[in-house]
Amino acid sequence: MAAAGTEEVVAIEVVDLAVTPVRELNQRLHDLAGRPGPRQWRVLNSSGAHAVACGLDAAVEVEIAGHVGYYCAGMNKLATVRVRGNAGTGLAENLMSGTVVVDGAASQSAGGTGRGGLLVVHGDAAARCGISMKGIEIVVRGSIGHMGAFMAQTGCLVVCGDAGEALGDSLYEAHLYVRGKVASLGADCIEKELRPEHLEQLRSLLDRAGIDAADPSEFRRYGSARELYNFKVDNASLY
Amino acid sequence: MKFQSFLNLSGVEFQHMCGIVGLFAKSCEIEAELGGHLAAMLTQLSDRGPDSSGVAIYRNPAPSGSCKLTLFSADPDEDWNGLGADLRTAFNDCSTPVVHASHAVVAVEADAKDVEAWLKDVMPHLRVMSAGQGIELFKETGRPEQFVARFGLTGMQGSHALGHTRMATESRVTTEGSHPFSTGLDLCLVHNGSLSNHNRLRERLRREGIGFKTENDTEVAAGYLTWRLREGAVLKQALEDCLEALDGFYTFLVGTAHGFAVLRDPIACKPAVIAESEEWVAMASEWRAIAVLPGAAQARMWEPEPAVVYAWERALV
Repeated sequence: MAAAGTEEVVAIEVVDLAVTPVRELNQRLHDLAGRPGPRQWRVLNSSGAHAVACGLDAAVEVEIAGHVGYYCAGMNKLATVRVRGNAGTGLAENLMSGTVVVDGAASQSAGGTGRGGLLVVHGDAAARCGISMKGIEIVVRGSIGHMGAFMAQTGCLVVCGDAGEALGDSLYEAHLYVRGKVASLGADCIEKELRPEHLEQLRSLLDRAGIDAADPSEFRRYGSARELYNFKVDNASLY
Repeated sequence: MKFQSFLNLSGVEFQHMCGIVGLFAKSCEIEAELGGHLAAMLTQLSDRGPDSSGVAIYRNPAPSGSCKLTLFSADPDEDWNGLGADLRTAFNDCSTPVVHASHAVVAVEADAKDVEAWLKDVMPHLRVMSAGQGIELFKETGRPEQFVARFGLTGMQGSHALGHTRMATESRVTTEGSHPFSTGLDLCLVHNGSLSNHNRLRERLRREGIGFKTENDTEVAAGYLTWRLREGAVLKQALEDCLEALDGFYTFLVGTAHGFAVLRDPIACKPAVIAESEEWVAMASEWRAIAVLPGAAQARMWEPEPAVVYAWERALV
């Protein structure tokens, strides 16, 4: 007889990609949008497959027990996707909302064009991390490659390690924070003062990313010099 | 201007695939199983290049005074033993040809250029795929899985090897148009990307005496390296010269007698991952090709910086 007050046992839906095609997994996850169904998923034998858990639109949790290839968790809304390995090109591309966490490293263009949500990479992220980001928040525990936040419009990129060449090239109004060395700044990207509201933003992002080894005061802030695009102060509230 | 070029880059990224892999053994155990490990890596990248497959594997160096050649014949009934006998008559000595599908490997006690000249004269239907001391080079149309089985790759040992799965964009799907390309002794190149100035550069290199067998852009890059090395450049300098001479997108993997080197173009859109463990150094277009190696999870992994040459060479003893 079960004692009163015991926690409800949540069934975890397990999908083995060694036997189930990625297309079928993604269709089952898409079918959860606005409909009942399992809320916790575990994906086995991802073995670097492309487009795993893409286009989700439901508040589900998907844990992928291995490496993934290109475009994992792209266009995600509401869902939490955790990769227990490395991720290939285009991780969480065009993220809309929800959370994507990678335990290992991410290849190029991680979080590119993202409009919202949180992307956390616990290893390094390669070139063009956050390219053309439009509201996504990205926290990288390691370092990022060259051309990070290229043409980034809004949102936040936090790098606990170093940044490669041409950081923030052609930047608009995204906030960039780097704790380590920056190899070089891209066109129109400059260092800016780290004010109390930025420390607060950093503290909040590091907390949400589960990173307590980095002190917000150790970071430097970079932003747009606003000389390359037509910045009008009247529009500042839009960003 | 800047935005325009960014859009173009994205377009190319999605049109041009191909997969490349390389493995450099640091232990006897990996050397003994090199072909099997490379086969596993290659088949992981089958989807990136289903047209053709190829490998260059460095092993069993020919003794001093001899050279080793890999030959290709389009004739399935090629009389390889007869060729061995003819080579033995023409030169001091020749090993029994070891046949791998449409290719055969033979060691001849002579200078490679003399054997190549003899073959061109007496056996013009044979194509020299590679020449040198250690290199053996096999390539063929078809998926990697078929290639691995046909050529018995799994049973091959070696010190280092590189491989390619091709999705053709710049020239026809033929054995000759497959990668790797070798245009110099023990030198070969695999390429992911596309070059846009290869026609003009090919003409310039022809005037310098570099020969070409196809209209393929990668063969021009291999020929350029051969020319630079012939002019006295060391491999690192020859690769750095590529950054000036070649226009296009590329991740190159270059095999030499003693190791391999990796170079990405200054924009570095074409993918590349390098990993190093106590037992091996591996390079691939995607992590999944490295993940099949023993101890991959513990290996140090990174993506090579643009326009930086990474090289590993065996210490010469």
